[in-house]
Amino acid sequence: MPVLDRGLPIDDRWTDLADDQEIPAEGAIIVSLERWRAERDALTARRDAIGVRLKSNQLATELAADLGALSLVALEFPKFRDGRAFSAARELRERFDYKGEIRAFGHIIPDQYLFLTRVGVDTVVVPADRVGPAWAHALKEISVAFQPALGREDGTSVLRRHLKGTVPA
Amino acid sequence: MLVKAKGTQQSVAASRLLDGEAVWLGAGNIWVEDVALAAVFDGADAIAEALAFAKAEEKRQIVVDVYPLDVEITDQGTRPTHLRERLKGIGPTVRRDLGKQARQPAA
Amino acid sequence: MTEMTGPTPMPDTHSPAIRSNQPADAHAAVYRYDEFDKTFIFERVEQFRAQVERRLKGEITEEEFKPIRLMNGLYLQLHAYMLRVAVPYGMLSSTQVRRLARIARVYDKGYGHFTTRQNIQFNWPKLEDVPTILRELAEVDMHAIQTSGNCIRNVTTDQFCGAAADELVDPRVYAEILRQWSTLHPEFTYLPRKFKIAITGSPNDRAAVQVHDIGLIAKKDEVTGRVGFTVYVGGGQGRTPYLAVKARDFVPVEEIIGYLEAILRVYNQLGRRDNIYKARIKITVNEMGADKFIGLIEEEYARLPRQKFYVDPAIVDAIQTHFAPPPWLDLPAVSDSFEAAKQADPAFARWTRTNLTAHRTPGYAIATISLKPIGGIPGDIEADQMETVADLADLYSFGEVRVTHEQNLVLAHVRQDDLYPLWQALDAVGLGTANAGLISDIIACPGLDYCALANTRSIPVAQRIAERFSDLDRQHDLGELKIKISGCINACGHHHVGHIGILGVDKKGDEFFQILLGGDAGTNAALGEIVGPGFDYDGIIDAVETVVNTFVKLRQPGEIFIQTLARTGHAPFKEALYARA
Ligand code: HEM
Ligand code: SF4
Repeated sequence: MPVLDRGLPIDDRWTDLADDQEIPAEGAIIVSLERWRAERDALTARRDAIGVRLKSNQLATELAADLGALSLVALEFPKFRDGRAFSAARELRERFDYKGEIRAFGHIIPDQYLFLTRVGVDTVVVPADRVGPAWAHALKEISVAFQPALGREDGTSVLRRHLKGTVPA
Repeated sequence: MLVKAKGTQQSVAASRLLDGEAVWLGAGNIWVEDVALAAVFDGADAIAEALAFAKAEEKRQIVVDVYPLDVEITDQGTRPTHLRERLKGIGPTVRRDLGKQARQPAA
Repeated sequence: MTEMTGPTPMPDTHSPAIRSNQPADAHAAVYRYDEFDKTFIFERVEQFRAQVERRLKGEITEEEFKPIRLMNGLYLQLHAYMLRVAVPYGMLSSTQVRRLARIARVYDKGYGHFTTRQNIQFNWPKLEDVPTILRELAEVDMHAIQTSGNCIRNVTTDQFCGAAADELVDPRVYAEILRQWSTLHPEFTYLPRKFKIAITGSPNDRAAVQVHDIGLIAKKDEVTGRVGFTVYVGGGQGRTPYLAVKARDFVPVEEIIGYLEAILRVYNQLGRRDNIYKARIKITVNEMGADKFIGLIEEEYARLPRQKFYVDPAIVDAIQTHFAPPPWLDLPAVSDSFEAAKQADPAFARWTRTNLTAHRTPGYAIATISLKPIGGIPGDIEADQMETVADLADLYSFGEVRVTHEQNLVLAHVRQDDLYPLWQALDAVGLGTANAGLISDIIACPGLDYCALANTRSIPVAQRIAERFSDLDRQHDLGELKIKISGCINACGHHHVGHIGILGVDKKGDEFFQILLGGDAGTNAALGEIVGPGFDYDGIIDAVETVVNTFVKLRQPGEIFIQTLARTGHAPFKEALYARA
């Protein structure tokens, strides 16, 4: 499935493995939390990058001790209304200081994309028939943020403009 | 609260996407604004077929909130059996000057 | 931006606003948008316009569009769409009131409905018009953002803030900070369920903070003089009502956003998503146990990057300027003309007994405008009436109008000298009813007349009770008595906290009504209890009268209904209701 970064499809090096799929000798792979736990040694013995998928009811804490070994964490949206992954992403970044890639997959709508980038998500997986200009557009629709969060331009908030009469850069 | 339709005679209600107007599936699969003109579907197969058409209309951006409702046939046309559905066909009882009732003789 | 309905200058000699050549509502305590707010609000309007276009083209499904439209205040009801416009913490300028009147007239059917959450609803907008309506709102610093949906909703507060004599801290500045913080919050916009925050700054709680997801009571630390909040969490009405539990006795202002982030994060991660009826934070708190939940909040708070959420006192000061007290005049505490008018006009005197509240400044009073004329629809107001209220606000109350959670309006700073002409002008347009806090000042949800979720109608029940007790002398004799009516278990009409609560239920397709007694939304918050079997559409009015007559028989001098009930218990009321049946 196409993967978007900054609104545009990218060449994706990751293979998303189902639990019953064999682990390939080479290449970056994403596995479930359960598989990561069960086959950790075999997985880390490989030379290539590893990512882990979390279901929406699996908290970021579950991976806290393993993050050093992971180049990617993928967060699932079973339904776009299930917003737990927003907190998971933010905990990964803010609480566990995770620097790797955070990816969102599942049922996601463009109208959530800006929020995702503001809680620390880098890439989103989108079904081919839903790729379109709406995604890139969604990142530009609202240029103002009221609260401190994460992401490329953040770190401060419009609330703080009241300090100096301007928004600090 | 929406009451599940259980009777053998049912109609299909919806709201028009563009303006939210309450509508019912009428004869010839045309959406009508007057519940008295709602088509009455008899038996499970006919009801299922009508619902399938209505759901397809949802996909075509014509209506939203499609559901079946129990009705009876009267001299004045189709009449929903449940109060909620009758009020949907009329308008607010506390503002007789508004809604469908203001446009046509009360159902 | 075009200003279509500029404030009308009034030929008024004593208005300070006119003297200084400012618009008549220059001192209205509303948060005025700066360029960032304006950029944001117009971007948001265009975003919604694009979303509507995508919906009409079929690029997004109704399932996906629904939360988007809800977060812009747009519901689908029984007969049409409904647009709920935010009135942040209930404050409006006269310019904004005139714009609401214009929207009612141009895009709706000439009226609006004020709600228990201090918002206003329009019952008949067309989807295709809504982006344009939102633009008209944006032009006067208004919006419909997060008035619905599973997000942090409009923050509500005490309608008398900044004017009441009993206030310790003005909550509006904090309500505004919370409004800004919660607006399009990236982490907390897809919560398990809606999330409502209320703030009060007075020991007499007029904001019902204990029946909110989070309730904040602002107070000053007596020793240090620091301002902070007692934080309550897990209250709510709906089908399983709970009073909130205290999470912390004192969170200093500077830390409040960090603390709220902690609460919301725990809730977002652990709140139930498997069952919509169990998804509110009140259920999380009660299933988990309050101590455990509060423990999780404290853990989360302890590890948050607090510095990031620090509310700099300079922010508070800067926002405070929007709520600066208006230039009250030095007036004698007693107004001779006011006293004389009361003597001369008993109807006016009666209004002053119920619809006035003590102001902190000598010579002023707080006036409640009842939106409950006998036989009227609670909370409804015609566009013409809105304009009259705007004009009167300009003349007599610094161009400011407030919405109360009891579905009335308030002019908060009226000179006592002006009360009589104010009341006369209100009375002339049907807004002078002397019933604030009395039996006909009923809260009623829209019910089956509008609402797609309803079991029964609510409004006609309110109307018929008001008509049964239409004699104002009888109402005044009964004293404070709050009736609250919901047309279904969702409790939008606050029936759980009515002195007399009425809940509509469906009994084999017929409308049936249960009576609850003993609820209270005030400082001594309490949930009412169902007294027994329900009554039919006609019987409910007689039943309410039976309850009231029982009270009259039992009361001791000076007692109001809720006090008598507390003394006697429910038994005599039950007996009166069911003995003969
Ligand atoms: C007509 C459209 C409306 C719909 C569809 C609607 C829907 C709902 C629903 C589903 C709930 C229960 C939520 C829950 O417990 O999780 C609720 C609660 C509530 N609604 Fe409404 N409502 C409507 C109108 C109103 C109006 C007009 C008001 C104000 C007068 C209002 C104020 C409230 C309040 C205060 C609650 C209780 C909050 C709580 O549970 O703590 N609603 N509404
Ligand atoms: S209480 Fe029920 S009937 Fe009344 S407005 Fe709320 S959802 Fe509708």
